[in-house]
Amino acid sequence: MTARLWSIAGAAAVLVLLVALPAFLREYSIALATKMLIFALFAMSLDLLLGYTGLASLGHAAYFGVAAYTVALLVVRAGVSSGLAFPAALAAAAVTGAVFAPLALRARGSYFLMITFALSQVVWSVAFGWRTLTNGDDGMPNVVRPNFGFSLDNTAAFYYFTLAVVGVATVLLAAIVRSPFGRALRGIRESESRMRALGFDVWRYQYVAFVLSAAFAGVAGALYAYYNRFVGPEYLYVIQSAEALIMVILGGAGTLIGPAVGAGVIVFLEDFISSLTQHWVLVLGVIYVLVTLFAPRGLIGLVNDARRRLSAK
Amino acid sequence: MTALTIDNVSKNFGGVAALSGISLDIESGERRVLLGPNGAGKTTLFHTISGNVVPSAGRIMLFGADITRLRPDRRARLGLARTFQITNLFPRLTVLESVLLALDGASGCGMRLVASPSNARVMDMQAHGLLERWGLAEASSRIVRTLSYGEQRQLEIALALAGKPRLLLLDEPTAGLSPAETRRVVAMVHELPRDMTIVMIEHDMDVAFELADRIAVMHLGRLIAEGDQAAIRSNQQVTDIYLGAE
Amino acid sequence: MTWLIHILNGLAFGMLLFLLAAGLSLIYGLMRILNLTHGSFYLVGGYIGLTVMQFTGSFVLALIAAVVVVALIGAVIERFFLRRFHLDELPQTLVTFGFLFIFSDLSLWIWGGNPLMLNVPHIFQGSVPMGYYSYPYYRLFLIAVGFVVAGGLWWFQERTRLGTMLRAGVDDAEIARALGINVSLLFTLVFAAGAALAAFAGVLAGPVLSLYPGADFEVLIFAFVVVVVGGLGSLRGALAGALLVGIIDDFGKAFFPQFALFTVFVPMAVILVMRPTGLFGRQ
Repeated sequence: MTARLWSIAGAAAVLVLLVALPAFLREYSIALATKMLIFALFAMSLDLLLGYTGLASLGHAAYFGVAAYTVALLVVRAGVSSGLAFPAALAAAAVTGAVFAPLALRARGSYFLMITFALSQVVWSVAFGWRTLTNGDDGMPNVVRPNFGFSLDNTAAFYYFTLAVVGVATVLLAAIVRSPFGRALRGIRESESRMRALGFDVWRYQYVAFVLSAAFAGVAGALYAYYNRFVGPEYLYVIQSAEALIMVILGGAGTLIGPAVGAGVIVFLEDFISSLTQHWVLVLGVIYVLVTLFAPRGLIGLVNDARRRLSAK
Repeated sequence: MTALTIDNVSKNFGGVAALSGISLDIESGERRVLLGPNGAGKTTLFHTISGNVVPSAGRIMLFGADITRLRPDRRARLGLARTFQITNLFPRLTVLESVLLALDGASGCGMRLVASPSNARVMDMQAHGLLERWGLAEASSRIVRTLSYGEQRQLEIALALAGKPRLLLLDEPTAGLSPAETRRVVAMVHELPRDMTIVMIEHDMDVAFELADRIAVMHLGRLIAEGDQAAIRSNQQVTDIYLGAE
Repeated sequence: MTWLIHILNGLAFGMLLFLLAAGLSLIYGLMRILNLTHGSFYLVGGYIGLTVMQFTGSFVLALIAAVVVVALIGAVIERFFLRRFHLDELPQTLVTFGFLFIFSDLSLWIWGGNPLMLNVPHIFQGSVPMGYYSYPYYRLFLIAVGFVVAGGLWWFQERTRLGTMLRAGVDDAEIARALGINVSLLFTLVFAAGAALAAFAGVLAGPVLSLYPGADFEVLIFAFVVVVVGGLGSLRGALAGALLVGIIDDFGKAFFPQFALFTVFVPMAVILVMRPTGLFGRQ
């Protein structure tokens, strides 16, 4: 019982901290915190697929980027109101996932990784090459933030908007992974054949997980489009997908909170270390190697190990 | 009613005939044991029954329905359950979660993204009941891969039984178990309801003869003898194979 | 005649890709590791070759130095950072990615951000006349080297005991050990050999493509595409995939410059969707 109380207390403390943040941080840091939240959601969306269902995707940026481009195209090219573009972006990401899933699910393991990589690179090359539609490499600026009666141009206002959206999304994700559906996903991760022998239509579960994961990635992508007020092909590039993968692994796959923490840590470190030295890439690389050696189950794995050792005493 | 009809089933793996023209009828409620030396094709036959392998020829009927090409999960929903020769569990899940999954799978409820609390309570009780019966109650919150081999084999069987199957396939349920553990498994199988049909692959002759109503003996992919215990014991071919195989 | 030029260009580029893909495929086939550091081996090898050539003027020495140094680096990485994560894909991914970052920054630090090129070795300078055009000897040399290496690897795989072990995939380390194979040593050797092939490609590429920060990543993507199209773990697939990708890329750049990248990824996606294991991959 007390373990549960501690978790609730911890979650409440984090929530209070997140809400109070803008009061004692300067504008630059608030913006950074916003970016951390956005990528935390992106990482969690991938965790649903990778950590819970056992499918490692190297193409998750596709849904992130499709959502972002949907926002940009609707707002900049079609003059649609920014707020309306948001659900459209979500839908676009989900549809992309729904279309890619049957193709990718023809494979498992490394081959699944490769197909998702290939599919997202195709989307990237369309965004990169179709200059008349997307401006290609130059990207699309002037993406206006939604206006719900009050402007979100203020950094703190946008932070709270992001916090609300990410918060709702996190609650939904947590509910999904705790549900019987979530349990089934983990069963599939552990042994597909066992699940089939128990009567589960494994493909259908993987399909739904794939589409849900794409939808949540889309939410993050739309938020990022608003955040930068700009969308470019790098949103879709494999580097973005690889970053998401690294965030999940670093934080601890299959825990939801791990990838969120991993994302926050990486976004923060990228910013912090690059302000200290121009060799921040080197430092990051060393950190990744060290984390792998000392925390192979990710940062959350470290925390769990420490908790287990404490409770054993 | 015939629970399981295997009609002239053959299976070739790239030129190797794993099964050749196997025909078997298993009556509802029967306890059938499959005997045979290693490589006889017993597990392959199980795979064709459970749907993990599609036969090259022949038909398989479950309670009158042709399931020859049906997917494994569809067969499970028709009331078929199996254990695996090589333990096939969920290494990183807990024992309780494994049983809850087995109950979920059997309930045919479909995907549930939301769990109603009352439903969860009922399933929880069912799960604990199952674990009690199989002596795994204390282990319910343990992670599966930390269980001993014997406990894992017990869990294999418990998972297969969770859905109250009509046909149960047990693939070497006592393999690698201590005599005490074997006794327990045999006792459990004895206690299973008589309306459940059970087909077992066994190597332990004592267990086989204790549990079987009828026995089928396979060798090199063929069915070479079939009958009750007395018939099998007095079958010269069978003795030759087992003495020759030693 | 332009068609022939394009095909030759495609083959030359394809041969470089083959050297990379062969190493990547070899490593995957044996150890199930998707080596994200492979592009770094290429770039670092190229840079080392460049430096050696600047000091000694010898292309051969450059090749030897690059291959030896990078092979050693590869051996160290495998022995101390990868072996403990045998078959554990997530830590492997993170660690090879980390090294990609490390080498990327180190090479930028040491060799700077300007694109550098090696000098074409003396014997291969000049070109052979072909109708109205003339084609550089060096590129023909690349194509020849590619075939020689492919032949050598094929011979090694089909005719030597070590090769047979590799072909068997050594799916079960226990069985392999029971057969008397020193699995640990084999893993290190194969990883080092893969790295060496990448470095070899890096030096050979020096005179035709330039070496610059970011090339490691770009080349890794190409190598991935090749290995995916050809089939993970297959030497034949690496060759077929490499030549295919090389030629498609060249024609793509020539005839659809706007969609040049598209022309590589679309065939890749199509092939994968039809045959998820690639042209010659195993299930």
